[in-house]
Amino acid sequence: MKEEVVLEMKNVNKTFPGVKALTDVSFKLRKGEVNALMGENGAGKSTLIKVLTGVYEMDEGEVYIEGKPVVIKSPQDAQKHGISTVYQEVNLCANLTVAENLYADREPMKFGLIDWKTMNRKSQELLAGLDINIDVTKVLSNYSIAIQQMVAIARAVDMDCKVLILDEPTSSLDDQEVEKLFMLMERLKKKGVGIVFVTHFLEQVYRITEHITVLRNGTLVGEYETENLPRVELVAKMMGKSFDDLADIKNENASNVKDNEVILDAKELGHTGTIKPFNLVMHKGEVIGLAGLLGSGRSELVRSIYGADRADTGTLDFKGQKVLIGAPIDAIKHGMAYLPEDRKEEGIIADLSVRENIIIALQAKRGVFNLISRKEQEEFADKYIDAIQIKTASRETLIKQLSGGNQQKVIIARWLLTQPDFLILDEPTRGIDVGTKTEIQKLVLKLASEGMTVMFISSEIEEMIRTCSRMIVMRDGRKVGELDENELDQMSIMKAIAGGDK
Amino acid sequence: MTNKAVSLKELRKHRLFMPIVCLIVVLLINLIKTPNFFAVSINHGVLYGYIIDVINRGSELAILAIGMTLVASSSGGTDISVGAIAAVCAAVITNILSGGTDSVNEFHAPFLLAIIAGLLVAVLCGMWNGFLVASLKIQPMVATLILYTAGRGIAQLITRGQITYIRVDAYKVLGSTIGNNPVPTPIYVAIFMIIIASLFLRYTAFGLYVQTVGINAKAARLVGLNPVKIQFITYMICGLMAGIAGVIYSSRIYSCDANNIGLNVEMDAILAVALGGNSLAGGRFSLPGSLIGAYTIQALTTSLYAMGVSADQLPVYKAIVVVIIVALQSPELYKMLRKKTGAQKKTVIKEVTQA
Repeated sequence: MKEEVVLEMKNVNKTFPGVKALTDVSFKLRKGEVNALMGENGAGKSTLIKVLTGVYEMDEGEVYIEGKPVVIKSPQDAQKHGISTVYQEVNLCANLTVAENLYADREPMKFGLIDWKTMNRKSQELLAGLDINIDVTKVLSNYSIAIQQMVAIARAVDMDCKVLILDEPTSSLDDQEVEKLFMLMERLKKKGVGIVFVTHFLEQVYRITEHITVLRNGTLVGEYETENLPRVELVAKMMGKSFDDLADIKNENASNVKDNEVILDAKELGHTGTIKPFNLVMHKGEVIGLAGLLGSGRSELVRSIYGADRADTGTLDFKGQKVLIGAPIDAIKHGMAYLPEDRKEEGIIADLSVRENIIIALQAKRGVFNLISRKEQEEFADKYIDAIQIKTASRETLIKQLSGGNQQKVIIARWLLTQPDFLILDEPTRGIDVGTKTEIQKLVLKLASEGMTVMFISSEIEEMIRTCSRMIVMRDGRKVGELDENELDQMSIMKAIAGGDK
Repeated sequence: MTNKAVSLKELRKHRLFMPIVCLIVVLLINLIKTPNFFAVSINHGVLYGYIIDVINRGSELAILAIGMTLVASSSGGTDISVGAIAAVCAAVITNILSGGTDSVNEFHAPFLLAIIAGLLVAVLCGMWNGFLVASLKIQPMVATLILYTAGRGIAQLITRGQITYIRVDAYKVLGSTIGNNPVPTPIYVAIFMIIIASLFLRYTAFGLYVQTVGINAKAARLVGLNPVKIQFITYMICGLMAGIAGVIYSSRIYSCDANNIGLNVEMDAILAVALGGNSLAGGRFSLPGSLIGAYTIQALTTSLYAMGVSADQLPVYKAIVVVIIVALQSPELYKMLRKKTGAQKKTVIKEVTQA
């Protein structure tokens, strides 16, 4: 195969106040290939992409598109040169219709006015071509994050592009949707589009890419052919150290937790419209996984326990007492904690400092007139920054300036500070680098061994098998099964999720 | 030498740096244009001078700015009804004291009772706003527009369209001076309210709650806060502050002129919050910033009068100065300037990295 380079970046340097984000990074993308850009959080992936798409201006370096040097100073420049991007977080306008989102800024015109009919028809065709069948005249926020993501990709694809950048597009998609995306990527490859694929999922990298480019601490580690790079080596290159085996982390005494006292007993608990009534018993020190496809009711189940969506049927016993939970504060007072799925929208309080983000739940639990003294706040913050190794410039740094993994750690710290008996983690490792992922998994097991009950939701079955002692399977807003530890393997879980007995 | 440079740099980063600089600049210009601006004398046993005037007249604005800061932070919006609420409060008080007549020489009801009733009505107005914004999720501007337009009408109804005069010395105290004390009473009231507010924010978690709700209401709920309640309370406090300002306004003129009490003051209060470096989109706030903003605006108004600008032309000059001040605080302006001087800067950075 003739190697035709569509994009080349040479010796890119970028400095932020106080941080050298990129040092002499080079990157090469050939026509019709997928090149995975890999690295831990803070390795410089996002910065490199933002430089390429004109969000940031580079300090030094050159960019060539099809051999010709180009200058990219704004996202418009990037688009003009055929570079399209789909970012990690869906960045469309949630309150516009699907069609408007697809054609924003390039609406089909007729007599100087927007031709709505053509726009809607073209949108429908475009999405149908990608096997996405939704009403394009509906407002985007009606659809799940997964669909929104697909729309974002459709928009990028539709603009005649030579280089498509997918910045963690799959972190909010379930397996079927990932499959659809991969089919789409294959199609684009055949058309000669070069795709830069940023992801944390190793499986997917080995499924779809030809090359892997690894960054670490803002420098280029190297570019490798995917088939010649074993996974362990890839991980080692990303982390810059040998990597302890993930499989080893599970603790041995997990199986006898069933004899422990019952901490939570839900009977016919449900929330109309989101989750059908379910029964659930949890023991002290248990780690229970919640498996299911996106929209199967995983998050909705825990939200109804926690009071995020007030349960309207059934009863809940917690620590042997009947409890009534009308709002999250009731759950917190009883000793529950909830790390929500959508870190950006529901987790972090962006403009507050790391310290304030850590103490806020405990402060809410204590009440407005019982202020935690500044000294105590600082002690608490320092304690957890140290204990779970939150990488932050200082405790007064705004949480929005931290990387995704460290933001997630801050939120975990927030809940650990309230000393909960029951901790709900909804996709705690999504969009987080491998190292931090393992740390979080280890932490979960450690907490459980200390007597905390943990409910763990993840789209990665692998991860749940490693951490959970029991698993609950959800389908279509209903709890459809429970799997004991000895039944926990990929195959039986998949079967249960898919409803394999049919 | 280097130490000094670093501390100056840090000082510039401080969020109150620009608001303070703006206040100083306004005052300095005054000193140049009106040399006797800072002169303080005692006339008829009362402190007298432009600077005293700024602090005295700025009292109501400072009090209003307290409420406006909380509202802006919690709801990302502004309460444009504070002027109208001040008028309603004044109308209630004067009409209880006058017993329903247009002019009296003695109280027809206990003074304290009237004040409490007036403030209660102001709080009710705040609660109404809070209900619309927090519970019904109506945009703050639209929600408070209702009382903005209706408030003065209600005040007119209470005063039967008349200006109600309370020609009693005790009523004038809050707007003038206490006995032989040379410091105007509004200054004491403002200081008192500022101290109360500061203590409240310092020794309770209320400020943190308000900011959390303003930044991310969804996350706030999940960490155990009640965003609806917190927003509601900020509007209630804002109503109370408007009422207190209304008492002072009314006391100054020992009457209630429903059409003119606190007229357009909501704009000054909003501006005070903005000048203080606070975002009107909600979230982080600084009460000292808003207070500095309030006195900056009052200094501006007073100094324009001192320079002989007539009342009807005042808004034009005020607007010009406000544009300059707001632009000075905009990070975008500095970005634009930096781009122009970009070439020079880049070489500096290179030197630094090489070193």
